Amino acid sequence: MLAIKIENLGKRYFITHQNREIFLYNVLANYMRRICHPFAKKSSANREEFWALRNLSFNVEQGERIGIVGHNGAGKSTLLKLLSRITDPTEGRISIKGRVSSLLEVGTGFHPDLTGRENIFLNAAILGMRRNEIKRNFDDIVEFAGVEKFLDTPVKRYSSGMYVRLAFAIAAHLNSEILVVDEVLAVGDLDFQKKCMGKMDDISHKEGRTILFVSHNMGAISQLCNRVVCLNAGRMTLDTRDVSEGVRQYMKLSQLTESDAEWKNPGDKFENDYFKPLRFGLYDANGKIITGSVKRSDEIFAEIEGVVKKSNPALCVGYALHNESGNLLYWTFQTDQVKSANELPVLDGRVILRARVPLEILNLGEKRLELATRIYNGDWITVPGRSKPPSVSFNLEGPINDSPYCVVQRTGQVAIDTPWELV
Amino acid sequence: MLRELIVKSLMQQTAGFDLIIEPGKTTRSFLLELIRYRELFFFLAWKDILVRYKQTVIGIAWSVIKPLLSMIIFTIVFGRIAKLPSGGVPYPVLVFSALLPWQYFSNAMQASAESLIRVEAMISKVYFPRLILPTSAVLVSMVDFVISFVLLCLLMLVYRFMPSARILLLPVFFVPATLAALGVGYWFSAIGVKYRDFRHIMPFIIQFGMYVSPVGFSSSIIPDRWRLIYSVNPIVGVIDGFRWCIQGSDLYVTGFVLSIIVSLLVFFYGLRFFRRTERSFADFI
Repeated sequence: MLAIKIENLGKRYFITHQNREIFLYNVLANYMRRICHPFAKKSSANREEFWALRNLSFNVEQGERIGIVGHNGAGKSTLLKLLSRITDPTEGRISIKGRVSSLLEVGTGFHPDLTGRENIFLNAAILGMRRNEIKRNFDDIVEFAGVEKFLDTPVKRYSSGMYVRLAFAIAAHLNSEILVVDEVLAVGDLDFQKKCMGKMDDISHKEGRTILFVSHNMGAISQLCNRVVCLNAGRMTLDTRDVSEGVRQYMKLSQLTESDAEWKNPGDKFENDYFKPLRFGLYDANGKIITGSVKRSDEIFAEIEGVVKKSNPALCVGYALHNESGNLLYWTFQTDQVKSANELPVLDGRVILRARVPLEILNLGEKRLELATRIYNGDWITVPGRSKPPSVSFNLEGPINDSPYCVVQRTGQVAIDTPWELV
Repeated sequence: MLRELIVKSLMQQTAGFDLIIEPGKTTRSFLLELIRYRELFFFLAWKDILVRYKQTVIGIAWSVIKPLLSMIIFTIVFGRIAKLPSGGVPYPVLVFSALLPWQYFSNAMQASAESLIRVEAMISKVYFPRLILPTSAVLVSMVDFVISFVLLCLLMLVYRFMPSARILLLPVFFVPATLAALGVGYWFSAIGVKYRDFRHIMPFIIQFGMYVSPVGFSSSIIPDRWRLIYSVNPIVGVIDGFRWCIQGSDLYVTGFVLSIIVSLLVFFYGLRFFRRTERSFADFI
């Protein structure tokens, strides 16, 4: 029996550069312009269309446990948001049988000033539970979360672990037929993650409920799911019931190729008055494009080539570096060294900028560099984290250093190699 | 019984599916859904009341003390110092019986207008009928109103003022105030999701509204030929109605009917605007 039927689903967002439309006077000004020049085309210069999801169709049988995988920005979260009705699709249709409850972010709707007990009632009600249901499940929730002693303490005094445990416990006791889960297991300690997986197992196997599960954790996907759907750039690239095969395919897909290490302007992109980027890439000391993985002991350089149209001392050209979970690690610009011995002259004409990537502070895993260019205190030309700036990636491979204790990825956003001494 | 019928007819239309999500289509089972989430109205109102006085020593007692203090101030200022004539009715009673509906209306309107942007995270992460938020905000103001009303009764006792039996009709005038507050609240909360400017406009509307509404004066001082136009402000009818109930002053019936019509229009227009825009809240907030 079908639980969910998705037909031709699409969701479009408009990216407004410089966020102009948010100010009312801009909107009013636009109206005025349209009244004065009724035949002028609607200004679309700072408005870009972006399909987060397009032409997506698939069916979900009752009791299926689907793992949805894909890179950041592949459309996974958009899909879950559409399924849980938080946002409206632009095209297509979703038909659902049964109640859907979503666990998009644990603890949403928690009020820090309310006690654990009060928050259980409030949060459960927001997630769609009835009062008598909450009362019936109350003891189970408290026991699962292990917060008996702190029931009458405001949750703002909770440790982050307790907070997450309580939030997950509430959501896990929802009685809906379809459960939509977005990367909740990324939080909490190992013990609790195990407990969560166990609970999810119970929900799907014993109770036969349908689960849609988004995760970057392939281990969790293989353990929990019986079908894998892979999204890439808003489209489905893979749909298989052979989970281990699906996971392997996805890992292969996500392996980086040469084209990931260099971006070239197709010609007309990022036209503006100040700086037009032409090339952005990662190269080794000999100027060769990075292929394959990079070791921590390697030297790599980020290079930016572009044309400065109007020389301006406020022009900042640089990049932002993100890790595989999309967290920003640092930004850097060519202007960072002004007033030091390394100060560069004001950029003019065709320039190539180059900076060593400080591998010695980076943790292992995939890293993404996004081109960041702007006029200081003024307009952005390419904005990291928003719209689609030119970006390149590389994969940093272990070990961290020669120590047998530092072979795999460390906990933490960065991994440093610092000497210790005995005093 | 009725609910089962609705569910049944919905099921037939949707070929076995409970819910069809399509662009630009509001949920057909809108009312049904509100019924299903009815408890959330009260939970959210309950939360707002609880949260308001958290980490205070006397806690919920503040909700009594605050209106009590404002009443005492009014009594002293108007009754003792100003010594204004009030035609037999104690002046504090005169003012407080108009202040009561005005405060209810302005508090309800403001709380409801801010209800969406105050819970940004909730809107972009969880689904529930959005209409619950501005509506339950009004519910909180109702609780405040009831407390203040009890204090008004105490005030009348202190001044040994016997209201007429018309006071039983008070809830009739409560309805248009609520409808108007909801209507304005729906509209402001919906447009405020995208344009935060409206958050800053609201205090001025309330300040201005206080002066143009007959709070500090009686609407009988308005010249007759302007009276009807003056009653376009729905709160005029409400305040006049409260005075009619409590002090036994005359009621300008035509104006009151007009006030009711306007508040109904405001309510339905606000509701329609909210329903039309609510599907894109998560994209803009």
